[in-house]
Amino acid sequence: MSLRLCGLLFVALAWGSVAHAQSQELRWGGDAEGGAPFVEANPGDPTRVEGFDVDVATLLATGLGRVPRFVQTGFTTLDAATARGDFEVGLSGIEDTPTRRSRLAVTIPYYEFREILTVRSADRDRFRSLADLRGRRVATLGATLAYDLLVDAQAREGIIPVTYEDDVHPYSDLALGRVDAVVLDLILARRGALRDTSLFNQPQPLAVGHYVGVLAPTQTALRDRMNEILRNAMRDGRLEAIFRRWNVWNEDQPRLYAQMLGGSGQGEGGSGQGLGVRGQGEMAPNTWEAAWRYLPALLNAALITVVLSCLSMSLAVGVGMLIASGRIYGPSSLRAALTIYVEVIRGTPLLLQLFVLYFGLAPFIQLPAFLAALLGLGLNYAAYESEIYRGALEAVPQGQLDAARTLGFTQRQILVLVRAPQAFRLALAPMTNDFVALLKDTSLVSVITVVELTKQTSIFAANIGSWVLPGAMCAALYLALSLPLARIARRIERGWRRA
Amino acid sequence: MAAGVTAVLEVTSLEVRRSGRPIVAGISFSASRGEIVALMGASGAGKTTILRAIAGLDPIGAGTIVLDGMTLKPGSIHRGHTLRELHRRVGIVFQFHHLFAHMTAHKNVWLALVHVMHRPLADAEARAQELLVSLGVGDRSAALPHELSGGEAQRVAIARAIAVEPPLLLMDEPTASLDPARRQELAATLRQLAKQGRTIVIATHDAEFARACADRVLSIDDGRIRTVS
Repeated sequence: MSLRLCGLLFVALAWGSVAHAQSQELRWGGDAEGGAPFVEANPGDPTRVEGFDVDVATLLATGLGRVPRFVQTGFTTLDAATARGDFEVGLSGIEDTPTRRSRLAVTIPYYEFREILTVRSADRDRFRSLADLRGRRVATLGATLAYDLLVDAQAREGIIPVTYEDDVHPYSDLALGRVDAVVLDLILARRGALRDTSLFNQPQPLAVGHYVGVLAPTQTALRDRMNEILRNAMRDGRLEAIFRRWNVWNEDQPRLYAQMLGGSGQGEGGSGQGLGVRGQGEMAPNTWEAAWRYLPALLNAALITVVLSCLSMSLAVGVGMLIASGRIYGPSSLRAALTIYVEVIRGTPLLLQLFVLYFGLAPFIQLPAFLAALLGLGLNYAAYESEIYRGALEAVPQGQLDAARTLGFTQRQILVLVRAPQAFRLALAPMTNDFVALLKDTSLVSVITVVELTKQTSIFAANIGSWVLPGAMCAALYLALSLPLARIARRIERGWRRA
Repeated sequence: MAAGVTAVLEVTSLEVRRSGRPIVAGISFSASRGEIVALMGASGAGKTTILRAIAGLDPIGAGTIVLDGMTLKPGSIHRGHTLRELHRRVGIVFQFHHLFAHMTAHKNVWLALVHVMHRPLADAEARAQELLVSLGVGDRSAALPHELSGGEAQRVAIARAIAVEPPLLLMDEPTASLDPARRQELAATLRQLAKQGRTIVIATHDAEFARACADRVLSIDDGRIRTVS
């Protein structure tokens, strides 16, 4: 009895000390993949992060009398994680948008940035604005103000927006000629041009935006305290020191600070001053209106998903059959080579294979994104299909093959007339399963700029600040695609059983 | 074998090894046109091995097999053209029939006529139906193998084997799946085929069937021929 009491006391004390430690911390979320100068892992000690957002988090924590604690969160899920309460404040170059303001508690802007058009130096006189880029591919990060800018320009100027998951590859692909321009904020544009001197940043900004901190909607009191800390840091130069330290201080910031400190109608949290950025200063879009607006884009993305899935599966089936036949009928050297192929493909992530195909091979061969996605998915699934076909081919009774041989059929005739048709019946169920899996795996190709259904949904969700409706629409579309497929496969199987 | 009658099959000192171990050794026998020879013995005696060697499905370790003028010698399993030449001379009906499971009885029979013998489809289909009718399963031509009884499947397998008109027909344990009444029917069918000039070699452990059906019975024990009756 006393032992149990001691145990309970120990648990209570332990829980109390954890709770106390947590209350002393300021948990803040950011994406270290975003890199310097925002948030990046320290090269000497990857467990530590650094960047101006790290310093702003420290500034806020110190002002609150707490210790900052970093919580790694993917950039596109920062809003959702904030709303969930995974951390108290999100800081990672988060842009100020009406949607964010309608869903979350947002701090006053602490940095003003310009959206910049980057082109190849050779094109600096040809492509001065988005209007000069009609019919051309323009890259940016998904779910950003720049993306909204490009979507507007797509309707107005006829440009083709291309979205990336990171801010490095838009610039490397610009240098390679895969895209003709990049629109991102000045900080990223400077970094891109610094990495590759063949790129040129157009001086005229396309728009202006602001970075803010985001908190759960109920945390308005904490947000107000943070606003006070930020204003104090603007007054006494601590914020300026941070941005100077990271070499991103410019003449735009004093103007912003003057607005924030002068109470010039910005209110708690202020707002962006858009120069052509859609949505800036407007009311947050109604969710249902947004759903209606995004429906054509989702349907188009679903079409891309279907076409990509069908073509990839056709490639996988064809190559898979060749591999399976080679492994059964081929000479030992071919069998060994095909076994290595299957094991390497099955033993490495599809995501890695897509990266290698699209980015890794780029210096030697520049595959278009869709073709790279098709090859990546097709060749990956071919390895899995080949094992299904090999198993199915070997499941056809040896006696039937002997019977075919004694009737004088050649090996090829035996394969085509006797073995493969029966094997195909055995393979149909696992093939259907794989096709449904492939349909969903197409979501991975967004890393190489193909905007399919999941990516479009993620952009939609970021735009309206909620995953509920976009997630439901996306799931409904996937089900609408996969359920008929399963029904068709079952019908074929039933037909074969009857035949 | 009667003097002056040409042997369709001549097996001399046949040895078949598996994993270095002789399964059958010193097997010599012949079969003439229209003759039924039964290889009789218990399970594992080596009967099926002899049939598979004659059909070119297993390699020969020693000895020779002369099949309607074509000689099989020791070495690897014959391939390509040689194998196709061999299979125009010999057909085999397996113990479990091994009909192509995804095809009707009719297609099982005409498939080789079209793809091996290069007969026009209509001719092949007509010939296949004729054979099925002659073997008493004409009304089952549209059935799939799993819809046939053991006896029906065996008749379809016989029709498939003789469709390409080989002079020699091998049958492995033909009575294994038949009741006594069906055995008698089968014996009559085989005698009818022999009367038409086809040579038949049967591997069976059914002494009664062997005596009732065959012109000669060779007793195989432990891979060797022990008695001839």
